[in-house]
Amino acid sequence: MTAVQTATDTILEVNDLKTYIFTRTATVKAVDGISFNLRKGETLGIVGESGCGKTMTALSLLRLVPKPAGRIVEGEIVLNGEDILQKSDDEMRDVRGRQISMILQDPQTSLNPVFTIGNQLREALGIAHRENKGSMLSRAVDALRKVNVAAPERRLDDYPHQMSGGMKQRVVGAIAMSCEPGIIIADEPTTALDVTIQLQYLRLLKEIQAETGLAIIFITHDFGVVARMCDRVAVMYAGRIIEQGDVRDIFSRPAHPYTQALINSVPKLEERVERLYSIDGQPPLLSNLPVGCRFAPRCPYASDRCYEGYPTTYHLAEGHYADCWALDADWEGIPIEEFVPPTGSAG
Amino acid sequence: MAVDTNNTLLEVRGLKKYFPVTKGLILMKTIGHVQAVDGISFSIKQGETVGLVGESGCGKTTTSKLLLRLERPTEGEILLEGKDINAFRGSELQEYRTTVQAVFQDPWSSLSPRMRVRDIVSEPLVVNRNVTAQERNERVSEVLQQVGLHSQQATNYPHEFSGGQRQRIAVASALVSYPKLIVLDEPVSALDVSIRAQVMNLLKDLQEQYNVSFLLIAHNLATVRYMAHETAVMYLGQIVEYAETEELYNNALHPYTKALFSAALPSHPDLIREDIVLQGEVPSPINPPTGCRFHPRCPFAMPQCSEETPVEKEVSPGHRVSCHLY
Repeated sequence: MTAVQTATDTILEVNDLKTYIFTRTATVKAVDGISFNLRKGETLGIVGESGCGKTMTALSLLRLVPKPAGRIVEGEIVLNGEDILQKSDDEMRDVRGRQISMILQDPQTSLNPVFTIGNQLREALGIAHRENKGSMLSRAVDALRKVNVAAPERRLDDYPHQMSGGMKQRVVGAIAMSCEPGIIIADEPTTALDVTIQLQYLRLLKEIQAETGLAIIFITHDFGVVARMCDRVAVMYAGRIIEQGDVRDIFSRPAHPYTQALINSVPKLEERVERLYSIDGQPPLLSNLPVGCRFAPRCPYASDRCYEGYPTTYHLAEGHYADCWALDADWEGIPIEEFVPPTGSAG
Repeated sequence: MAVDTNNTLLEVRGLKKYFPVTKGLILMKTIGHVQAVDGISFSIKQGETVGLVGESGCGKTTTSKLLLRLERPTEGEILLEGKDINAFRGSELQEYRTTVQAVFQDPWSSLSPRMRVRDIVSEPLVVNRNVTAQERNERVSEVLQQVGLHSQQATNYPHEFSGGQRQRIAVASALVSYPKLIVLDEPVSALDVSIRAQVMNLLKDLQEQYNVSFLLIAHNLATVRYMAHETAVMYLGQIVEYAETEELYNNALHPYTKALFSAALPSHPDLIREDIVLQGEVPSPINPPTGCRFHPRCPFAMPQCSEETPVEKEVSPGHRVSCHLY
């Protein structure tokens, strides 16, 4: 019974996806074997630092990995029951926009500066609906109204430069949702916006999600956005998902030392922190990855075993997984319960 | 005004900066003014940090430019240790330029790609102070070590460093001339999460070591809480609330401050609290709203808010707020 339910509920399933970029001198393993799934109406956060493979994951899902250097070398992306990696380029055109769509970070660069926003909206709407001019116009107005643009009729003839950043990002959202996709990938959609505008935008996305049952993949480096928006989180480090689980599990009981350190290195709004925990060093180069756990060189608890082989994935709770040798029954180092980085919190 | 003048390093009084808006090419007619900064007053104590928060366009960056003397104020004064910085000429001005330094947001554009780290870091010394090559090199390797880099890296170029290391170079360059004040304009927002903590901790350590003051400009409220001793909240060119950081974060009074805190992202999914959600956007500073500038977006606006400009009141020692509610 439950198996059938999950099967119909799951809209996207990614299995052991590997996306490499081949340069003359090296192979950059941008995405190196990640698996996750997404249910209808769910928000999944993919968190990580720059260069951890978040954006490459997003581009792989749309099959927009920059060619010819980048290539999906292995894995499956099952979208609505079909593996999109088996599809031809022509078939992919029907997938993008209609089944899965994307909002990028900077609305300034994702809109074309020489066309009016009405024009750009109609272009996107035209993919799904081939109708006469008049009804396309009313569809464009509706699309803008859905994203809370005031006086949408008058806004259609505006060029992007005539709009504020928040307004432009709404238009980008309207374009992304114009063909009613089941999944939207939002790649840092609010980093270019001011705090009060950011909140307006995040709330808008949540409202639309509640109405339409849209599934959202939120790609971000900001744990605040994750806490505000997501149901589940996948933490990426150096091309792999090192921990994933329910958002409350991740925030209250982070298992992987990297997740713990990351959460503790962010200053808190709600309380005074005397000293932030800081992770020494930098992430490894994706072209020259260590053999063992990729976080081991920066991990305060690493033992010999961590340098020898990549850890297995351990199941911790319902949907909560982490890749860390310390979760193994035979672990001989500091027990994982004592993995609390010194935060220096003043209480 | 009850500020202890003994350790006040910098004092800003009634500072205004209006930029003219002109029309026409030859006969440039002034048709209005952008009131970028409109009558702000605050002071920075020695060895302490004042945080300046607000949305884009609220005048944070103009304030920092005025402090760096890259812009001249329309009205008001900036006093460094009691002396008006806008009266400085010649050698006094040169001295001021070494006393006040800046670290900017983006370490990719703030460091010249054609200069070696040694030259970038030592520039404030070479330009404004007479130092021998040996003194210069010694000082450079000393600061590089203090910011957590190797002194051998002085001969490298900026492109050989990561973002966090570049920001360390920028900090080293700001520190090299033993400044009294450093303007930090969004010093960590361009960096990665795990690197931010490193740079913030470094800045705090260096502040203790050098007893230098910071003016921290940031939009991230959590960063300001971590770094700043006192915090000013700006809206459309004015300071709407000013208090010691802990007082402000525990007892915010101005509706705009409350709204900013509501809009800030939580550190845990159970801590989502959005008591006030602001509608609309920041109005244009060319024709700011009458009365209280925040009234069109304020959920508590009263009839008098659109007519009378609120007077700044000191509600408790050091906690100042400009709002008709108080």
